Amino acid sequence: MSSFFTFLINGISLGSIYAIIALGYTMVYGIAKMLNFAHGDVIMVGSYMVFLSMGSLGLPPVLAVLLAVVVCTVLGITIEKIAYKPLRKASPLAVLITAIGVSYFLQNAALLFFGANTKMFTSVISLPAISLAEGQINITGETQVTIIVCIIIMIGLSLFIKKTKAGQAMLAVSEDKGAAELMGVNVNGTISLTFAIGSALAAVAGVLLCSTYPTLNPYTGSMPGIKAFTAAVFGGIGSIPGAFVGGILLGIIENLSKAYISSQLSDAIVFSVLIIVLLVKPTGILGTKISEKV
Amino acid sequence: MKKLVSLLLVLSMLSALLIGCGSTSADNNGAEAGTDSAAVEDTAAETDGTTEGEGFRVGGIGPLTGGAAVYGIAVKNGAQMAVDEINAAGGVNGVPLVFSFEDDEHDPEKAVNAYNTLKDWDMQLLMGTVTSTPCLAVAEETMNDNMYMLTPSGTAVECVQYDNAFRVCFSDPNQGAKSAEYIGTNKIATKVAVIYDSSDVYSSGIYTEFANSAAEYGIEIVAAEAFTSDNKTDFRIQLQKAKDGGAELVFLPIYYQEAALILSQANSMGFAPIFFGCDGLDGILSVEDFDAALAEGVMLLTPLVADENDKTKAFVAAYEAAYGETPIQFAANAYDAMYIIKAALEQSGAAADMSAEEICDLMKAAMLEITVDGITGEMTWTEDGEVNKEPKAVKIVDGAYTAM
Amino acid sequence: MKKERIAKSTKSTWITLGIVVVAYVIMQTLAETGVLSSLVKGLLVPLCTYAIMAVSLNLTVGILGELSLGHAGFMCVGAFASAFFSVCMKESLPAGPRFFLALLIGILAAALSGFLIGIPVLRLKGDYLAIVTLAFGEIIKNLVNVLYVGRDENGFHFSIKDVLSLGMGKEGKVLINGAQGITGTPKDSNFTIAAILLFLTLIIVLNLVNSRSGRAIMAIRDNRIAAESIGINITRYKLLAFSISAGLAGMAGVLYAHNLSTLAAQPKNFGYNMSIMILVYVVLGGIGNIRVSMIAAVILTLLPELLRELQDYRMLIYSIVLIVMMLFNWSPKAKEWREKYSLKRFLGKKAAKEEA
Repeated sequence: MSSFFTFLINGISLGSIYAIIALGYTMVYGIAKMLNFAHGDVIMVGSYMVFLSMGSLGLPPVLAVLLAVVVCTVLGITIEKIAYKPLRKASPLAVLITAIGVSYFLQNAALLFFGANTKMFTSVISLPAISLAEGQINITGETQVTIIVCIIIMIGLSLFIKKTKAGQAMLAVSEDKGAAELMGVNVNGTISLTFAIGSALAAVAGVLLCSTYPTLNPYTGSMPGIKAFTAAVFGGIGSIPGAFVGGILLGIIENLSKAYISSQLSDAIVFSVLIIVLLVKPTGILGTKISEKV
Repeated sequence: MKKLVSLLLVLSMLSALLIGCGSTSADNNGAEAGTDSAAVEDTAAETDGTTEGEGFRVGGIGPLTGGAAVYGIAVKNGAQMAVDEINAAGGVNGVPLVFSFEDDEHDPEKAVNAYNTLKDWDMQLLMGTVTSTPCLAVAEETMNDNMYMLTPSGTAVECVQYDNAFRVCFSDPNQGAKSAEYIGTNKIATKVAVIYDSSDVYSSGIYTEFANSAAEYGIEIVAAEAFTSDNKTDFRIQLQKAKDGGAELVFLPIYYQEAALILSQANSMGFAPIFFGCDGLDGILSVEDFDAALAEGVMLLTPLVADENDKTKAFVAAYEAAYGETPIQFAANAYDAMYIIKAALEQSGAAADMSAEEICDLMKAAMLEITVDGITGEMTWTEDGEVNKEPKAVKIVDGAYTAM
Repeated sequence: MKKERIAKSTKSTWITLGIVVVAYVIMQTLAETGVLSSLVKGLLVPLCTYAIMAVSLNLTVGILGELSLGHAGFMCVGAFASAFFSVCMKESLPAGPRFFLALLIGILAAALSGFLIGIPVLRLKGDYLAIVTLAFGEIIKNLVNVLYVGRDENGFHFSIKDVLSLGMGKEGKVLINGAQGITGTPKDSNFTIAAILLFLTLIIVLNLVNSRSGRAIMAIRDNRIAAESIGINITRYKLLAFSISAGLAGMAGVLYAHNLSTLAAQPKNFGYNMSIMILVYVVLGGIGNIRVSMIAAVILTLLPELLRELQDYRMLIYSIVLIVMMLFNWSPKAKEWREKYSLKRFLGKKAAKEEA
């Protein structure tokens, strides 16, 4: 039983990371109606920033994370300006492909800059582990921080969207771009802001990911990126609570199926669950129903 | 139609770019094939870089981009170092080696493309490929062309199934059996858990043979846990199962990147069995920022012991000076591969103006006659292309590999 | 695109087929006369393979109007089914009939999986459909990677764990070895076969597009509710297009498998990366535009090989070129610019309206 709880808690921790990444996917999708496949690679860039600033510059963890957040935010806005903005009126598929191009670009640029060697990432978290049930269950500092950070981000983001003007503008743009523009919302600015927030979250997710699983190479971000994208769809893409629920559930399912069914087939199982959920609820767990216009 | 025009425009822009980069002229334009072959000739003229001129043309193939890039880059560097040394010392009977390395992205189809590119470059001998799956595809091509092939690190049995192919490293079954033998005969442990990468040919190959011969040496496998390349960051579940199974030793027939993670995760779980690995584990101490204390007591069978003798020490020092990092065994195997090619060429009496087929026929015989004392040990070859050398068992003590 | 389709369709079909024939004749002559470099010769079959993939995905994305991110999965099914057959029959059948049967098996297996997956999946819409196809693609890859099949005197043995649990006799031979996949597939495909298959693919797809069924399928794409209201059986036509598309992808898989002696399902060749790469061909070539997507496939397959000379910067430049090409082809500003300075204006022809 104790190992079950260990698996469960690890699953929640993994799921929290997925949830933070999924938030980036979901927000961008909600507003720009595009799947930003380069999101996973922004995570990787963020992790490298922390790795370098802690290693080479010797910055304390908090500053390093801040620096990574700033770099990723700038990166996110730049990518949006250069690669996505010119295509805003084109087919969403065109933007999807451009995003893939950006993803390749980031991976290969990282390969050239940082080398192919896997780096060991020093955890930025120095909290002691909590021991429960007479040492049977160990909750590491990384796990605690990941879960807490995820909850804080969730609440913060929800409040931001509900209470601030910029948040309301984001909602408005996601509902109807044209109408929002007529009402005086700065659509371009709002989209940039969304990318900025999404990329900042990616940096946070990258730090947490690499602290929990301490290796780093140019391809670190791509698989968690795809999983988080799955999580976003799972929960209902475009919905912020959906990303949270989807992420956590995906993490738990992945870990438990690895533990109790087959570690080789865990991806197949995760994807099968996704398919079943979508067949029952075609827009995800918390997705809004698409109304059909005639 | 408009799209077509724009695509063609982009293509012409590109070919302009290509021709602009490659200074050699491309004068046979015309049909669509014209630009292709012209660009290819450009490539051929450019790739040999520093080592211009006549000599034995040795090609190399391996991943320089993609997830397996670290191995390909190591092989490229190690081989280049050996080539430079050989040429500085007067080459092969006075004839220099010319070396060109092509990227295969760890993909069989791209590997065949790389092989064809090298053929267009007039390659006479192939040192490659680095990874097993592409190696299998290329082996088929070299067999058809009767091209001599020496893989530094393609471990799958079928890599050298044809008589023109040889290898420098141990084969997968060989390592699996040797590991079981070592653990069994030295009575290191009886309850063993295995964590392996089922999506990797190298890893699953070793595991299969290890499991096959485990019983023979009185080893009980209490847990055999797999992971896949899409899922190689969290090993706590596999470790938990090994722990629950009461394993005294965890066998890791995997590469060092994942092993480094396993060690640190095992540490945070408070699980401290003996860890035992194969040559893939070599390199674990050079992972940047890896806490070497975690690897204390790890045992591995490896072809290269860095501070074994003057030769290996010199290799490590030269490599560090040239590329700024500690060489992994891939680099060592590639380094040896070049010296093996040199030795075999000298034995065979091949000349630089011979065709690849002629050289291959001579090399096939020569490979069985030579003995090469390389940095990975003393090597001879058998007719099935396999190398005879003894793996060295090393243990990590005080943050350094120490022979056992 | 819709209005002149019927009037111009025959001419357009002939042009497309003509391009393939001319390209084949040119390349084959060049190959025969020995002018072609080994690289280009080696690339001929892969080029046809990816052109078939592009055309077949265009059927799903462009004609049916559904975004599929799992197309490589069908290629994988076709490749493994046919390679398995060929390896089993290596000794007992001569190359010609063996390849023909393998081709049929590959196509049927892929079409069947397309049909089975299509039944639940095609009920979904838009990006949800995309992610489910991606999921199926990954599941197929994952399953193939844990599949172990061996044969000994007692017949076939299957396992999804490892070679040992096959429990084979001494003489047993492992046919599908998990991640290592199938080795020793006979190299039965060549450029002529590949070109014929590409030609067939085009005939099938172009004929479908210009047929009654094709018009029904496009009607569903353009307005599902309107199509339903005039009595078009939505499910039937969607499944028809999806299965054909999957079957053609399976055909490409057969070519792929019989061009290389080793077949392993890696993320690179049968994962979502490949599915997306094929989608890139389709989108770059113009969604729904069969001919140009075929050409885009050829260019983008050639591009990394042509960039080899750039060594370490190869893939970086490739990604930049991809982004630039997309911006150039799709951004409204670039479109305006192109219209102003297009080659057509100089030639004085009327620009064809093609964007969907």
